[in-house]
Parts: sequence; C-alpha cells; structure tokens
Amino acid sequence: MAEFVMPQLGADMTAGKLLGWRKKVGEKVSRGDIIADVETDKADIEVEVFVTGVIEQLLVQPGQKVPVGTPMAVIREEGKPVAPVAARPLPSVPVGPAVPPVARAPVIPIRAPAAPSERLRVSPAARKLAEDLGIDPATVTGTGPGGRITMEDVQRAARPAAPVAAPEAELDRQTRMRQAIAAAMARSKREIPHYYLSTTIDMSRALAWLTQENLKRSIEDRLVYGVLLLKAAALALRQVPELNSLWIEGQAVRRSDIHIGVAISLRGGGLVAPALHHTDRQTLGELMNNFRDLVQRARAGSLRSSELSDPTITVTSLGEQGVEAVFGIIYPPQVALVGFGKIVERPWSKGGKIVSRPVITATLSGDHRVTDGHRGGLYLAAVDRLMQEPDKL
Amino acid sequence: MTRDEIRAVVLRALNQIAPEADLSQLRPQLRIRDQLDIDSMDALNFFIALHKELQVEIPEADYAKLATLDACVEYLAARRPPA
Repeated sequence: MAEFVMPQLGADMTAGKLLGWRKKVGEKVSRGDIIADVETDKADIEVEVFVTGVIEQLLVQPGQKVPVGTPMAVIREEGKPVAPVAARPLPSVPVGPAVPPVARAPVIPIRAPAAPSERLRVSPAARKLAEDLGIDPATVTGTGPGGRITMEDVQRAARPAAPVAAPEAELDRQTRMRQAIAAAMARSKREIPHYYLSTTIDMSRALAWLTQENLKRSIEDRLVYGVLLLKAAALALRQVPELNSLWIEGQAVRRSDIHIGVAISLRGGGLVAPALHHTDRQTLGELMNNFRDLVQRARAGSLRSSELSDPTITVTSLGEQGVEAVFGIIYPPQVALVGFGKIVERPWSKGGKIVSRPVITATLSGDHRVTDGHRGGLYLAAVDRLMQEPDKL
Repeated sequence: MTRDEIRAVVLRALNQIAPEADLSQLRPQLRIRDQLDIDSMDALNFFIALHKELQVEIPEADYAKLATLDACVEYLAARRPPA
C-alpha cells in the first residue's frame, strides 16, 4: 500500500484544500496521472500520483483543508503485498474521517509530520523561539522537511487559532498569496545567509544569432531571448553543480537533474515559479514550447504538482519591467537564484575602442552555507561564456 | 473583412491574453503594452493569435509596428490576403 499525501508545493505552502478527486475508489492509476485538484494560497494545482496501482480508499473529502503531509488516499500498489499498520489521526482537520490502517510508503518526497513517539526534529532557532514563547515543541506540528519543526510552525502554534481551522474564506486569494510569499521570503532571509554577485553580459552575439534564427522559424516556433538565458543558466549549472542543490535537514543535497523554476508573474499580482523539467537537456525549440505552455498554464491556474515541487534553482527576470538588475531572495529549500535584468545599450570597450553594445546584468543570489562568492563567480562567468556561443545552446 | 471586423479580432486576441482587462477602456492610439500588463510571451501569443485568425505573416522585425490598437488594424488590413 502507498499513501497519497498532501504534497508540499513550494516553501510557502503549509496546507492545501482538496477541490476534488479525479479518480474513484477501485480505479487504476498510473505514475504521473493527475488524480486530484488542490487549492493552495497561490493557485489551484493538478496533483499527480507517483505510484502505479488501484485506489483503495479516499481519506479526504472535497472541501477539506489539510496540512502538508496528510494522507489523502490509499493506493494498492501494483505487485506489492498488503501490509497494514497502526492507524494515525488526520492532523489538524476540523471535521474529517479517521485514517484507516495503511503501510507507510514514500509516495511524494515530503512525508507526514513526525509521530509523537518519534524523536522531535526542531531547528535550533525554532527551539529557541519555542522556549521564548513558552511553547512545548512536542505540541507543535512540524511542516518542514521530514516533519521538522520550523520557526513558522512555532509562531503558528503561538497564535490563538490554528490557521488551517481559521475561517480563511474571508481572505481572498490575493491576500493569502501575499501572506504565503511573505512567510516563505521571511523564512529565507532569516535562515539563509545570502550573498549577491552580478556581472554584465554582452548580448550582441546572442541577439544577432536570434534574429537570424527566427527568420528561419514560423511565428509559432520563434524564440524569445529569455529562452537562451534559461538554457545558459541551466548548462552553467553543470560546471558549478553545487548551486543545483537543495538544503534538506541541515545539509546540502546535490541534485543530478536540473529543473529550473521560472518566476512567472500572475495577472492581478503575485508570482509562481514552476519547473521546466530537465532544462539543460531540452533544445531551444523544446524549451520555448514548454516555456510558453508553462506561462499560459500558470496564468490559467492549471499547474501540476510536480512543477511546483521539483525546481532545483529559480531564474527570475524583471527586464521587461525596466529593471536593470534583480537581486532575488532564494526560494527554500533551493540554495541559489539567478536574476536577469533589462537589455540596455551601453558603452563597451572592445579592442581599444569604445563601442555601443546591448548588455544585460546577470545576478546570482547564493546560499553561503553551500557555496561562496568564488564558486558563484565561476557560475556567472560560465553563463557569460555560454551566451557568447548561442549556436551551441 | 472591414476594419471594424479586424478590430474585433484584435480585441478578441487581447482578451485571450489579458482576460481581466476592460478593453472598452483601451485607448487606440496609445501603446497596448503601456495600458495592459503584458510581457513578451503575451505579446508573442498575441501575434500568433492574429496570424492564425487572419492568415497574415508578421515578421519579427514588424512587431514594433503593432504597438497600438489603431496600428494593428492598419497593419493587418494592409496585409490581409484578399478573400
């Protein structure tokens, strides 16, 4: 048996509301199938399943809001025996069914909060905060990786009413989104020792190549320069792979797959940063198609859960808003963020002469727990080199 | 196709990329991008929609010629293939 749990769809998510099931009890599901729709503070998400089998039980009803990690369904995995274990209560749900016996199986990388009998996982900062506030950490539900108790969990426990049970319908999506973003960014600035670097990249070769390339393409297949930057940002990670890591339980875990999370502004405000999976392996044409699709779906509210849970690094660009350089806040558990500004014409020294060149400012926000400025500088230099050979991207 | 019909096509395409906008307030002689919050990806989708609806080839070098609603109508009317 495997549990299908409320997934963690970004650092700013602590709970989600089930909007509806797409499968019934007894129906077969395959890895990658969308089986539920979940509302988060930022968007409505199509949630995929990561095992193949048959739906045995649906534990959460549409309309219920449950914390990240809560078992929502039980799936009888193909070719695996039934192994019942002790029942566990459904955490922090105002009204909901009891959880039937299920075997623990990692369905989605984020697991349910630690059971009371397990050793408490509490960050030192959260433990100190709990002491200051007179809260017993054993009474706090952890929502960090592996059920770890974070400072936010302690702060939430200190408030008179649990947010999951609070009448959140009174808050509109925009307000909740701002709160979620603020919580994640405050956590990032509190926990991650950021460093910031920038470099100026000559874009003349890339833009000239792009103009010629787009002449060969139909309007549906034309590229935007942002796709070249995304590909360069991804390929440069192969040269400085420690930036493609996640900070999990006190240590950096390097990821072999490069899934760039692309910051996409939403109409009406707010943003999401879903993943372009295997960014480094896609051709520019594939990347363009997938990027267009991702932007459209992000703005239409039809992202998939894996797109929100998989990014290994984020790329953001505010160039179209006229910003020349963006120094972003790292999105936990990622350890780096790359920013691109506006392309501007600037005087450029070339062969002893001053010429005018289109240039862009590339920035890196790095996590000092994982890398230092030297490695960060090598990364930006690699992005620059790659942009000078656009035909090889 | 009349200019009014082309204008309706342009407004439909804009509505697809900026459904929240009140297009009745769009000022036809001002830059669309200054009035609606659209980026280069939205703009590309807009040009693709116009191409599909009106069968007009729009080279990348001409994107700047479609900056306003009035300019779009004039550009497309001049290049639309005869019925």
